[in-house]
Parts: sequence; C-alpha cells; structure tokens
Amino acid sequence: MIEAKQSRVQGQMPLEFRDEQDTLAILGFWFFLGSDVVLFSCLFAVYAVFQSRVAAGPTPSQLISLGPVLVETVALLTSSFTCGLAIAAMRRGRLRSLMAWLIVTMLLGAGFVGMEIHEFAADVAAFGTWHQSGFLSAFFTLIGTHGGHVSFGVLWAAALLLLLLRQGLTPRVARKLYTFSLYWHFLDIVWVFIFTVVYLTGKIT
Amino acid sequence: MTNLMAQLFPPSVLRPMELGADVSIVFAAAALLLILTRRHLWGWLWREWITTVDHKKIGIMYLIAAMLGLFRGGVDALLLRTQLALPQNTFLGAEHYNEIFTTHGTIMVFFMAMPFIFALFNIAIPLMIGARDVAFPRLNAISFWLFAFAFLLFNMSFVVGGSPNAGWTAYAPLTELRFNPGVGENYYLIALQISGIGTIATGVNFLVTILRLRAPGMALMKMPLFAWSALITSSLIIFAFPALTVALALTVLDRLFGASFFTIGHAGMPMMYVNLFWIWGHPEVYILVLPAFGIFSEVVATFSRKALFGYSAMVGSLLAISLLSYGVWVHHFFTMGAGAVVNAFFGVSTMLIAIPTGVKVFNWIFTMWGGRIRMTCAMLWQLAFIPTFVVGGATGVLLAVVPGDYQFHNSYFLVAHFHNVLIGGVVFGLFSGLYYWWPKMFGYMLNERQGKWAFWFFLIGFWVTFFPQYLLGLEGMTRRIYIYPRGLGWSLPNLVSTLGAYAMGIGFVILVYSIVYSMRHRELDLTGDPWDGRTLEWSIPSPAPEYNFAVLPKVSSRDAWWATKHAGARGVAVDEIGPVAVPRNTGAPFMLGLCFFVAGFGAVFSWWPIAVAGLAGILSLLVAGWLREPDDHLFSADEIRRSEAALGRLKA
Amino acid sequence: MHVCRGICRRLVRWLSIAATGVLAAGCGRQYVVLHPAGPVAASELHLIETASIAMGVVILFVLGLFAVTVVRFRERRDGSGPYAPAWNGSRRLEALLFAVPLLIVAFLAVPTVSQTFALDRLPPGRHDLVVDVTSFDYKWLFLYPRQRIATVNYVDIPVHTPVLFELTADSPMNTFWVPQLGGMEYAMPGRVLPLYLEAGRSGAYAGRSANFSGVGFAHMVFTVHALSPGRFGRWAAAVRRISPPLTMAGYRGLLAAGEAPRASFSSYPPEAFPRTSHGFTLQGGMYESR
Repeated sequence: MIEAKQSRVQGQMPLEFRDEQDTLAILGFWFFLGSDVVLFSCLFAVYAVFQSRVAAGPTPSQLISLGPVLVETVALLTSSFTCGLAIAAMRRGRLRSLMAWLIVTMLLGAGFVGMEIHEFAADVAAFGTWHQSGFLSAFFTLIGTHGGHVSFGVLWAAALLLLLLRQGLTPRVARKLYTFSLYWHFLDIVWVFIFTVVYLTGKIT
Repeated sequence: MTNLMAQLFPPSVLRPMELGADVSIVFAAAALLLILTRRHLWGWLWREWITTVDHKKIGIMYLIAAMLGLFRGGVDALLLRTQLALPQNTFLGAEHYNEIFTTHGTIMVFFMAMPFIFALFNIAIPLMIGARDVAFPRLNAISFWLFAFAFLLFNMSFVVGGSPNAGWTAYAPLTELRFNPGVGENYYLIALQISGIGTIATGVNFLVTILRLRAPGMALMKMPLFAWSALITSSLIIFAFPALTVALALTVLDRLFGASFFTIGHAGMPMMYVNLFWIWGHPEVYILVLPAFGIFSEVVATFSRKALFGYSAMVGSLLAISLLSYGVWVHHFFTMGAGAVVNAFFGVSTMLIAIPTGVKVFNWIFTMWGGRIRMTCAMLWQLAFIPTFVVGGATGVLLAVVPGDYQFHNSYFLVAHFHNVLIGGVVFGLFSGLYYWWPKMFGYMLNERQGKWAFWFFLIGFWVTFFPQYLLGLEGMTRRIYIYPRGLGWSLPNLVSTLGAYAMGIGFVILVYSIVYSMRHRELDLTGDPWDGRTLEWSIPSPAPEYNFAVLPKVSSRDAWWATKHAGARGVAVDEIGPVAVPRNTGAPFMLGLCFFVAGFGAVFSWWPIAVAGLAGILSLLVAGWLREPDDHLFSADEIRRSEAALGRLKA
Repeated sequence: MHVCRGICRRLVRWLSIAATGVLAAGCGRQYVVLHPAGPVAASELHLIETASIAMGVVILFVLGLFAVTVVRFRERRDGSGPYAPAWNGSRRLEALLFAVPLLIVAFLAVPTVSQTFALDRLPPGRHDLVVDVTSFDYKWLFLYPRQRIATVNYVDIPVHTPVLFELTADSPMNTFWVPQLGGMEYAMPGRVLPLYLEAGRSGAYAGRSANFSGVGFAHMVFTVHALSPGRFGRWAAAVRRISPPLTMAGYRGLLAAGEAPRASFSSYPPEAFPRTSHGFTLQGGMYESR
C-alpha cells in the first residue's frame, strides 16, 4: 500500500484527498449517504401514505404551526452555510477561523435540535402521543430521524473540535471534516424536503 | 423475582426439546472451553482470530458461522418435516411448529446464506482483483462482529425469553403486541437490525474495494465475473437494506414504544410493512443469488478449461437483473388487492427477469461447449445447479402469471419454488465455491470422494424433498400449517418429502465429516493453483500470505493468471518487492459487537438501563477508535523476500 | 395475423387438452387446482397450463442442450474428444438467445395481462350475490347483506351465479382460498378486498386460509356449498326463520382467540361489516365497498 500511497501524493490536491486511504473513505462515505437517502425515501413514502390516516388524532394542518419551523429552517440553512465557510477556511489552512465556523455550525445545529424538541413536547402536550394515529407516528418518526441525525452531527462536530485541538489540521483530520460537511449538507437537503413535503403541504391541504 | 423468571423462562423455552438443546450447548461449550484452556489456546484465539482485521481470516470466521447457521436451520427443517411426515402428527404442537419455521427461514436467509456469501467475498474478492485487503479492514471486522453477535442474540431466543413465531417475514399485524406478546419477535427485530448495520457496511466496503483497489490494468471489463457479481450485490445491499431497516425499526417502535404504524387500530396500516419488507426482500433474493451466479461463472470456466462464453452479455445480464429486481416486489402479494393495473405491471416485469437469467444459463452451457469438463466436486455442484435452477426459474415464471399466482400463492407450490431457486441456486453455488476456494483458504484440498457422496445425497434428497411439494401445492396444501387431516391426498407426498429432507441431512453430515477428515489427512496444495485456475487468486500460494501479493500483479487481459501462466511469466521478481503496510489487529470491533449485543439484549426485554449501558459502550468505542491514529504493521521488503523465497516463489 | 393467432390458439388448446389428459390420468381428484368447479378456476387453470407448456418446452430444450454438452465435452481419460477453447462469444447466437426468451415472455404476457383484468370485474350482463367475509382468530364469518343472514365457517352459494366476496379481517391477515372455485385474496384488517368466484356445478368445496395468522391457523378451514338457486333460496329462508340472531355480544365472542363450530344466524348487527369492534374504519382502501 505504501507505493500506492506515495504515487498518489500530489501537492495540488486538497488536503483531504492527498492520502489514498482518505480518498477511499470519502468515496465510502458517499455510498453511505446513498444508503441514507434510501432510508429517508422509505420514511417519506411511509409519511405520504400515513398523512391522511389521522384516526381520532390531529390532522396535519391542526398539528403544524409554521412559525417555529421557519426559524428552525433558517437556523439549519445558515448552519449549512457556516459549515461551508469552515471547509473554505480549512482549504486555506486557517485553523482558528475553521474552528470558529465549526463552533457556529454546531451551535446552530444544537439550537435547531433544541427547538425541535421543544416543538415535539408542545405537540405531545396539546395533542397527545403518537400512539393516537398512524399519521402522528409517521410524523414524529420522519422528523425525529432527521433530528437524530442532526444531534449525531452536533456530537460529531464536537469530537472534530477535540481532534483539531489535539492533532491539528492533518490530512486525516481534514478528511474527517470533509465527510462531516458532506453529512451536514445532506441533512440540510433532507430538511428542505421535510419542510416542503411535511410542513408546507401539510399546512396548505 | 417470579415475574422476572417468568419473563426469562416462559413455558416455550422449558419444553424438553429446548432444554435438551440447552444441555447439549452447555456441554459443547464446556468441552470447547476445556480444550482451549488445556492447550493454552486463549491467547492464540484472541491474537489470531478475534482481533484480526485480515479479510481472509474474517472470511473463514464467516464461513464457520454460516456452517453453524446451516446446522441450526437444517435441524429446524428436519423437525418441521418430521412433524409433517404423517397426517394428524403430534410430534410438535402449533406454537412449537410456528417458532421453528420462523427460525428456520430467518436463520437460513440472514445467518446462513448471507454469511456464507460474505465468507466467499472476503476470501476471494481481494485476491481476485489483486488487492492487499479490502478498502476498510477495521470496518470489515466490525461488520463481522456485528453479524456474529446478532446471530448469537437471535439464537439466545430459545434459551431465554422464547423464540419469534410470526414467520421469517414477520408480517404485521401478527407481530402487533396484543397478538404477539412476549419477547420472541423483539429478538427477531433487533438481531436483524444489528446484523443489517453490519451488512450495509459490508456493502460499502466491497463496493469501494472493487471500484478502487483493483490491480493496475484491471479495467472493469477485465474483472472476473465473481468480482462483478460482488460489485453489483454490494450496490444492491446499499440501496435495498435501508428498506428493511425501516420496516424493522417501525415495528420496534410499534412494539416497544407505542407507535401506531402497522397496528389494526389507530389508523395503522399493516400492508405498509408488507410493502417495505418486499422492497428490500426482492432485491435480497438477488443479493443471495447473484454471488452464486458469479461463483458458477468462475467454476464453469475453470473446470471446462475454457474462457467464459459471452463475457459482456454476462455482465450486462447481471446489471439488468439487479435493476429489474427493484421493480418486481409486488409479485410477493398479487393477492393483496393492488388492482389489475399494478398486478399486470409487476407480473410482466417479473417475467422479464427470466430473459437475462436465461442468457446466463445459455452462456454457462456454451462455456462448457467446446471445453474439457472435469467432474470435480466444485463442478458437480455447478452441473446440478443448471437443471435445478432452470426448473426453479420456470416455476417462477408460472408464479409471475398473475391469475396463476392466485392459485399458487402461499401454497406448497410456492414453498417448492423458492426452495428450488434458493437451494438449487444459492446453496449449490455456495457449496461449489466452498470446494473451489477451500484450498486457497486453508492450503489443503477437501476430499473429493467423500464430497461426491455428500453431493449425491444432497442433490437426490433435494429433489425427493421438493418435487412432492409442487404436487402438494396443486393439492391445495398451504404453507406454515403444522397439521393436516387424512383423506386429502397429502399424506404420501409429505412422507416422501420428509424422507428426502433426511437424505439432505445425511448429505450435510457427510460434508461435515469430509471437512473434518480432510483437516486430519491433509492433502496439501503446494502449487497455489490446484485447479489450473484462471484468475489472480491462484497466482499466489495457498493459503495466501498475510500481505496477499508480494508484488501487485499487472493485468492486461481477462483471466489474468491464465494469460500470465501461458506466457510463462510465473514468479515474483525480487527487485520489485517493496515494503507492505497492513493494519494492525484490534480488539475494538469485537468489543463493539459485544456492546451491540448488550444493548440489543436490553432492548429485547425493554430493560433500558442495560440497553443504555450498551449504547454508551458503543459510542465511547466509536469515539475512541475515531480519535486514534491509524496503526499499521509494516512488512519490510526483506521479510517478504524471505517468506516468498521459502515458498519457492522468487524468479530465478 | 388472424390466421396465425387462430393456429396458435388451436395449438395451445390441443396441447393443453393433452396436458390436462395426462395430468388428470396421472392425478386423482385430490389435485384441486387441476379440477376446477367453476369458470374462474377454469380460466386460471387454462393460463397455468399454457404457461406450463411454454415452460416445459423451455425446460426440455435447455436440459437437452445441457445433457448433450456435458456428455460430449466431458474430460476423457485418454484425453480424446473435441476441445475448442477459443470459442467464447458469438453475437448472433447471443442475440438469438435473447430474442427467443423475449418472444416466450411476450407470448405469456399477453394472456396474463388480459386475464388479470378480466378476473378483476363482474362478467358483463350478470348479477351477483354479495357475501361479506371477515376472518377472525381462528374462524370465518360470512354475512349476506341482501339476505341479512350470517354463517360461521361455512358459506352456501347458488350455482351459476358470480359471487362477490368482500373480504376483510378483524385479526391478523389471512387469505381466503377455495381452490376449486378459483384463486385466493387476502382478508386484511382495515381494508375490504373484492374477489369474484363462481361455482359451475353444485357440490361441497373445501376452503382454507393460506396466510399464516397464528396458532390456530391450520384450523382456519371452511366449506363452500354450491346449491341450485332454488335450494339456496330455501336455505336462506330457513336460516332467517330458525337460527338465532348474531348480537354485538356474540360478535365480540367471535373476536376471542380460538376455533369455533359452524353456526348460522338469522340477522347481524349492521356495524359488523366493515367497521368492527377494534374501532378501525376503512381508510385509503383501494376498493369501495357498497
């Protein structure tokens, strides 16, 4: 593997792609994301089927209030932008700026999750648990799965900060930051779909 | 306390048969522990196997697990057939029978066929494509230990808590808590979830391995067919398994957390489970059979001494089958009222799969045409496969004819069909691969004479078991019934079928005996190329050294090793040997699997403190592994030179 | 084109008559799928036979080719025999091997699609009897909405009359299968699925569930009696006159897991079908019950 590694080292490649093993990891991570797309697709399909199955529970338009969701959306979209800034800083080798943007990203993500939990608690207080209907089960599961992913991402960002402090900006850390950014943007895209399919459609119909 | 005991030991785990199994497990485990301790093998076990990240050893561990799965699933099958041998038989009660057919199906699919396939992927794929290892060796070990502990967790069910009993498909709402209290289904749901995570990781691993780690010069269209089948299987895994993950997860949410997805009340929709299950389930059929197709493509070329006929058509048909496999899932439930338009679409799409499959069958036959067919055990399984699979495929087309399926669905005709393709296709293929790659795994051959006995018992037993089941289907016998009355004409075919099953059992016993015999009377393979092979794994010693290739081979054509041999270019040039880094062993994957096991066990019984402890263990191991710098062991060029010289591999 | 289709159809008919003859001679009446007692089962059998013949031809051809190949090209001890390792591809042959299966699939797809549509609806110009079927753990309830009577584990129908079975479940899923009258359909909770069957001659036909539903699944059997229309009318009138009514309490009794003996009821509560005591209502079903 040594000779392969050496032949791959090219000065002009971004840091995260310089090591053979790291390029493999990035490719593997793309495939993992592909798998996650299928997971979310299934949950969206379940939601689409269960949307009208409200039984005695609330309908989508009764459940959904767009105000807080808009704030959540802005927070998450902004965090995607700051995550992009973090990667831009990484490419220019600016460690402090990278860490600052990573912290901002993390805080926005944590804020998003906090607001979502608050929303869920308010929903349960107002309408009862998901036991009531297929719709509520599908609603909480789809959005909760996304929220769980975001929470995991926040922990991941925290671990990345730790790693940056301990090891500095090595190719391997750069690769981990890069895969984190892929993950984070992916969650953003999923949220756009959730916002459209669940919240906008649910409020309109 | 009594409550706890009742939960851990419900009557279903205290039946004589279960207790007997427990006792024999205890004895076997005690014997194993004794041997390991007496011979001071614990350190060896830990260093050489449990902590290994070497794909070849991981492959062997998968193989051992698969054989255990085959044993357990096979014993289940014999118990089922014994109950059905006679009308009004009272050997097994309804509950017992339901548990056994559930574990039979689940184990055969998830804990026999899947690990067997991963065993052969692990053993053969990196060697075939000229790679030093898989892309992510540690992840590979994690996949294995997740699978192994999931297998253990699933098998725990008959020792504590009770077995699952809703069939391997676990259709809702039969799995709904009020129809199915107890923890049996939780075992099913959580064990499959854990092994599913490992499976998706394996898919990613092999996809990246095959796409990126091929030897220099090995273009995709110069890859061996088995590598192609692994590539396509891996992509099927990545894009199909999440559907199973969702189906199982939502059922867990229903059962453990009070959600209302697949429940009868609260506007739940049981049919959604069926859809999700088969959106995964049909691609899964091809996840199982495409690797077998790949094995047959290697075996038929090698033992016919002839290149594979119609290589590009073979690749194209693999791709076509994998794409079509996503568009046929409704054929598992034509009779669930999807309507004529949907049924007609899925009926025709199912029939279309017969076309690329037919292309493959003809190409295998034409590979033999003009060749010199050597009747080795590996080849015999291939030769048995073609007619068996053709019949199974043809009955599959009958099932795709929608109005016909209305009469066949869930009858023994269906049971006969899917055993016909799964045994005739998958199991025959895996046995063929087992005989083919055995010398590469262990450095000695499997006894051919005993292998032929095993083969004939198994093959004849197979037909005696399953042909009568087609007739039973036409007689209106439905699957999963534990008892039937006299006078329906079902008695004789059932008896014959049971006798056939015992013959298959004898075949399995002979196979195991033959493995043990061959271990003791080693007929060594000193050439590394006992079959006069065509692909790169035969260019290196048997068993392969830890670093696989002293020098990465340069490939210029298909059947690269065949071309090299016939150009007279064997051997390793000393001056090309350089140092090789291989990842160091690590106990983390094993510990991770253990933590998943603990978390899973806690979840099965809803003992949340235990589950949370397991999850905490998982997270801390992940973080610890992630913070650590990668740690490679370096084989120096000298070391490799010495070991290659000892094997007589250096060019003069 | 027409001539060709005619010849094809006649050929298929002869072959299927021959095949039926062979099968019937070899097989007794226990082969219920091969002994249809009504037009639905007969048309399904016809299609099964057509497909079986097509597949039989394929199997014979492949096995023949396979046998010849293996015998001809087996390795002989003396090393004699033909050997042509260079032959590893032929575009023409491969195109042929692609085209022929395609034709076979097309040949099967056409009747499959047309029959799938035909069996899904009431034959034109005919009136049907409606029977509402509910599966329980582990028994079958049959309701006759026009006659206002109910039965358990047996169902009487008039011959030569299409019967629309509307299937649902108040239990895990089952399938409703009477092989001699035709194929099966699922009885699912929360949904009503239609199934048309018709008896062509009077007699008693065994039915059972084909989808595993729990411990009592093997005992989910019932009998269909096909009676002459006159006898059917007299039977229904007698049930209405003599049998006790099915009350809501009685219905809830059926919900308890366990088997039940055959029974008849002179009336049933209107809520019994399709809304049942588990409180589900039909939502999103693809079939609108009357």
